[in-house]
Amino acid sequence: MNAHILHTLRYLPLAALVLILGACSSQELGSDADAAQQVYVAPGEYDEFYGFMSGGYSGQLSVYGIPSGRHIYTVPVFSQLATNGYGYNEETKAMLETSYGFVPWGDAHHPELSQTDGVPDGRYIFINENNTPRVAKIDLNSFQTTEIIEIPNSGGNHASPFVTQNTEYISAATRFSVPMGDDGERDVAIDSYAENFQGTLSFIKMQDDGSMRLDFQILVPGFDYDLSHAGKGPSHGWSFFTSYNSEQAHTLLEVNASRNDKDYIAAVNWAKAAEYAAQGEGEMVPADYVRNYIDSDHIAKTERYNEVRVLDPTELPGMIYYLPTPKSPHGVDVSPDGELIVAGGKLSTVIPVHSFSKMIEAIENEDYEGEEQGIPVLRYDATLAGEVQNPGLGPLHTEFDGRGNAYTTAFISSEVVKWSLETFEVLDRIDTYYSPGHLMIPGGDSRKPWGKYLVALNKITKDRYLPTGPELFHSAQLIDISGDKMRLLLDFPTEGEPHYAQAIPADLIMDDDMVRFYPLEDNQNPHAITSEDQARVERDGNEVHVYMTTIRTHFAPDNIEGIKMGDTVYFHVTNLEQDWDVPHGFTVRGANTSELLIMPGETRTLVWTPDRVGVAPFYCTDFCSALHQEMQGYIRVSPAGSDVPISFGTGE
Amino acid sequence: MKKQNRIIMGIAALLLAGVFVFPIWSIKLDAPQYPEGIGLNIRVNTIEGKSPQDLQNINGLNHYIGMQEIHPDSIPELKIMPPVFAAFIITGLVIALWGKRRWVAVWLALFVLLALVGLADFWLWEYDYGHNLDPDAAIKVPGMTYQPPLIGTKQLLNMRTTSMPHIGFFLAMCSMGLAALAWWRER
Repeated sequence: MNAHILHTLRYLPLAALVLILGACSSQELGSDADAAQQVYVAPGEYDEFYGFMSGGYSGQLSVYGIPSGRHIYTVPVFSQLATNGYGYNEETKAMLETSYGFVPWGDAHHPELSQTDGVPDGRYIFINENNTPRVAKIDLNSFQTTEIIEIPNSGGNHASPFVTQNTEYISAATRFSVPMGDDGERDVAIDSYAENFQGTLSFIKMQDDGSMRLDFQILVPGFDYDLSHAGKGPSHGWSFFTSYNSEQAHTLLEVNASRNDKDYIAAVNWAKAAEYAAQGEGEMVPADYVRNYIDSDHIAKTERYNEVRVLDPTELPGMIYYLPTPKSPHGVDVSPDGELIVAGGKLSTVIPVHSFSKMIEAIENEDYEGEEQGIPVLRYDATLAGEVQNPGLGPLHTEFDGRGNAYTTAFISSEVVKWSLETFEVLDRIDTYYSPGHLMIPGGDSRKPWGKYLVALNKITKDRYLPTGPELFHSAQLIDISGDKMRLLLDFPTEGEPHYAQAIPADLIMDDDMVRFYPLEDNQNPHAITSEDQARVERDGNEVHVYMTTIRTHFAPDNIEGIKMGDTVYFHVTNLEQDWDVPHGFTVRGANTSELLIMPGETRTLVWTPDRVGVAPFYCTDFCSALHQEMQGYIRVSPAGSDVPISFGTGE
Repeated sequence: MKKQNRIIMGIAALLLAGVFVFPIWSIKLDAPQYPEGIGLNIRVNTIEGKSPQDLQNINGLNHYIGMQEIHPDSIPELKIMPPVFAAFIITGLVIALWGKRRWVAVWLALFVLLALVGLADFWLWEYDYGHNLDPDAAIKVPGMTYQPPLIGTKQLLNMRTTSMPHIGFFLAMCSMGLAALAWWRER
């Protein structure tokens, strides 16, 4: 007992300190009525911005209203989603096809809005997947994933997808360098990293019809590539990629990749590289990768490719220059005027800021301090515009408000730091709860930030919400940046890991092109039927095709007989509704995939292999009308070889 | 008839062409779950949704209470009306050229008769749709009928139903007025 008290007493001074700190920080929680008013969006009113947050390890894209922080939708991208059958039904399964086969999960990291003249235009949003290297395109008139392209010669697609000023290109760089080539070249000892491992920077070209093609890859030294941003305005035509592990370590990188005082930002003249590619320079090398897309028939298709153009900067000069940057740079962000290149040196005690015009001058003067595996390394002092002193511990990512200020997250010291792009002086700082990775200002990485709000995307939630066991949602914190002092307005939980986010004024998306339902007469699905009198069941060997319609509040047909054990049943279900927000669901007992959720005017197919004799019910899974519970039917499964004929009907 | 009055009569006849361009009548349904509104426009030759899909959606709603589906193709009035109106336009023009005052009166009288018959027919049509319900309907409210008003607003279950003349009707009224004016001035 005494020992216990003594034990407690030892911590008293610490407890007092915690109390004092606690008292201080409670004043900064920002939960005053004024803040509540700023984020209150009355029932029936709309938010100012669409916020798009990646789901990190959920593989999805979450859509939030800003400033309310209301979660309004989830777009499935790289992972199956049982909510609407994405990746389960016959129409969307091909979206998750890769050269590794069907991959039902991937981690989604950086949403990036398409841009015109350096400003988000609301046409598309792109997002990358790290593990099975992929880039997806989501159409913002329907909020559906319509294209996914795989990136070959990549070992983790992290520095991706960053768009050029007019969405000419979408870039992607490998996080992990890997051995490339054929089997013999890839089967090497891991400790031969320095000799055998290489990185690639990939450039996906946006075609005139809005589809994506991998145009070329640039071969780069075997470092780890982390993040990127394209230049704009004067720096249009260039892209910047951070790298760490210039030590080329292959084990315990925590120590071994943190030795060098400086790593590199690769300044890439993509316009020059695109010229080389157009002239047929470089080499077509074997590479297996796929492109999946959905067009007017709403059925995903997979195209396979077997080679890619690779450009080698040691043979094709002028494509890449290295900017030495302290220390293990993570984020690289370009100021709205396109002149400053800000690096988040995650182990650095300063924020280094490079000048694009000084960089061009240094290149013209060949002001090199050496070269790295054939790539010229510019002198640090020659390109430096300035260093932000005392920016907090672990600076990672920077965005801009369009009024001459930059905002950087400091991961280790858990704060957002505001500093001036003119004087490089810190102007303000605000605590975040806790450990922010990326931050987002609507348009904050573009030429025209809508610099009213900032969202900090925090990795650790601890005490922010009611506890839910060991697993907690992450937290996004909305900060008012319209005044001199930053002000915390709201925090809201987010699903998966909101790794990065983008936002755009609502009226740039919420226009007449927004899809509310699909006109039945435009339904090009080969299994579509457009009225109940076309509903039927057809046998084709041991395949049975059910052509079914749904409408409030019945299926046609709702009684089906003549199925036998050993059959595979295809339910091709067309939703005849032509009204906004009236999807119908479909599932059948013992289904091994997921329900279908069929939008008005759309056709979806569920494959069912009955495994027992009997009568199985099917029903609508989405509450659709007053008689929703009545929206059901039966399918009879008879023993193999029985002579029950195919029959079907509704309402005899 | 004087030239001026013949011109007025000519305009009266030509104004009727407006019914081929604009709807004659409109029925609007308001309910909380249709914030964007839903409704029908009745034209000389068809019935169509205010938005292209509205007719289908109204048919879908009406099936709960056992109302017949509206199929414009099977409504005989919509086949008869276009030639009748065409005949009025042609005869009106002929009368304007010919210039016999008495025939203006005949034309006008027939036209007013047509309008009255039309309104009566429309009311009967509404009566039939509102009363002739499927006995197997899912929702049966004792004593409830669903006849929309001829003109004005009426609450039918959760639907606030508003029935109003549309531009085509007002053009027809103007046509009548002009014909009467031509006849009056020719005294």
